[in-house]
Amino acid sequence: MSWWWLILIVVVLGLFGLYLSMTAGRLDALHKRIDTAELTLDAHLLRRSSVALELATSGLLDPAGAIVVAEAAHAARTAADGDDHNPERIQRRTQAESALSQALEATFDEEEIDEVRQAAGGDELIEELAACARRVQLSRRFLNDAVRACTQLRNQRMVRTFRLAGHTPWPQAVELDDSIPVALVNE
Amino acid sequence: MRSHVSDLALTLRGQGHDVNVLAPVEQDTELPEWVTDGGRPVAVPYNGSVARLSFGVKATRRVRAWIRQGNFDIVHIHEPLAPSLSVLTCWAARGPLVATWHSAQDRSRVLTAGYYVAQTAMEKLRGSIAVSEEARRTLVGHVGGDAVLIPNGVRVQDFAPDIHDRDRRRELLFLGRIEEPRKGLGVLIDALPSILDQVPDLKVIVAGPGDIDDVRKDISERVDRALTFVGTVSDERKQELLREVQVYVAPHTGGESFGIVLVEAMAAGACVVASDIPAFRQVLEDGKAGRLFSCKDPQSLADAVLSVLADDAARRALVARGHSRADQYDWDTVVDDVLEVYESVGVPGEKVTEDLRGQAFGRFAHRAGFGLGRKQGSSE
Repeated sequence: MSWWWLILIVVVLGLFGLYLSMTAGRLDALHKRIDTAELTLDAHLLRRSSVALELATSGLLDPAGAIVVAEAAHAARTAADGDDHNPERIQRRTQAESALSQALEATFDEEEIDEVRQAAGGDELIEELAACARRVQLSRRFLNDAVRACTQLRNQRMVRTFRLAGHTPWPQAVELDDSIPVALVNE
Repeated sequence: MRSHVSDLALTLRGQGHDVNVLAPVEQDTELPEWVTDGGRPVAVPYNGSVARLSFGVKATRRVRAWIRQGNFDIVHIHEPLAPSLSVLTCWAARGPLVATWHSAQDRSRVLTAGYYVAQTAMEKLRGSIAVSEEARRTLVGHVGGDAVLIPNGVRVQDFAPDIHDRDRRRELLFLGRIEEPRKGLGVLIDALPSILDQVPDLKVIVAGPGDIDDVRKDISERVDRALTFVGTVSDERKQELLREVQVYVAPHTGGESFGIVLVEAMAAGACVVASDIPAFRQVLEDGKAGRLFSCKDPQSLADAVLSVLADDAARRALVARGHSRADQYDWDTVVDDVLEVYESVGVPGEKVTEDLRGQAFGRFAHRAGFGLGRKQGSSE
């Protein structure tokens, strides 16, 4: 009689262990997904600022607009360097990227875009800028979705009690203004 | 969904991408070289109708082999929670996975069936696409998660050349399964007496499978004379019909997540008269690209049909607007958005690999009686 109980307890513990290990595996995969999404967002942000810088230095923009975009793009590039997990740096970067979005919005109105498109090579640069901006939006959305899924799992009591996430830092959603200049969307 | 997958694959291939589709295949079907046989589908009751799903140990093995051998940059899974090949792929693969959500449901059946299973599958999807606002709402509301809205594409050129309104027969066309109430043939038939009062010689073509006698036994002789049943039609015949008639009627009463057939009708140059369910409202730009009537209201349908039949100029304006609307849904336009999603979910050089954790789990779930659907890999 008593060893039946023993077997039952062993089986229950075994199943519980399996559940914990599977959940730990899920968490691990989610953290990896977040890491990849961060890399992707980073790459698209960098591409966006370099295309913006290229446009600003191409001589196709009006001088005032060129200065505004160049400054914002340069600031965004500079803010990208440094420790990935330093909260201050992250904040600096999101501010710089948001500022770049606003500078692009202010500079690229319909007339400006028409003008640039007519110049040699201008059309490709505008297209590329729009594509980069859309990819920034998409990858930030996908990153925040991964963060949401991960946070949800990490909030589960079982995950907290057994510290299944180990020392991995709590995932952070990325909040920044990644709007695309209205005139680029409406084309 | 089947045509969605093959159209997407064909368009991507047309642009020079290397695409392979894994799908359930009936025995003795000729396959293009870019389709991989995912096993023979079995008819199973699912989601209120009979679905042909392919699952089992064999299907699981094929999914795993497909992922291993494909060495894909992206695997794109359609309807990832459908108890079919799709869910298997979610388990068996890891890496840059993209999903498209097709259906709008009041309640996600898969979730009630296995919340844990659904959750683990969904966590692996790097990016989600919804084909309609309703499908997106289903995902966000019932399942949790975010999705980018990219509507279905239509191969507009398949419906060209469209024939001008004046050269078309003054006829109504209905497409869809006859006895399925959601397709709304009943609403159209109830509306016919009022329509025939004004236009006595009007013909109505009904194309779609179903028991014709069952429909005919309850209708008056006058209505019966107006109706022509042509049965199930091929895609080519459907395109011809849409090019020949003046008006296409879509009296659907709900359950449609996207009005792809409306876009087809617009591409073929027919005037669209449709019920005002949200999906149709959106496709028809709130009535600018086609006439809307109150859902399930025969009198409203009759008024709408009569108004477009009576006014040639108004009808032709709707057709013209519908035509440019259809171009926005052309696959060549839509596919750019899909490619942008592909480029936003992975780092360059990353590949989709087999997820060995899923192996034990997949077997367990298979025993528990979950089946599988359809998915697509596209390697660029």
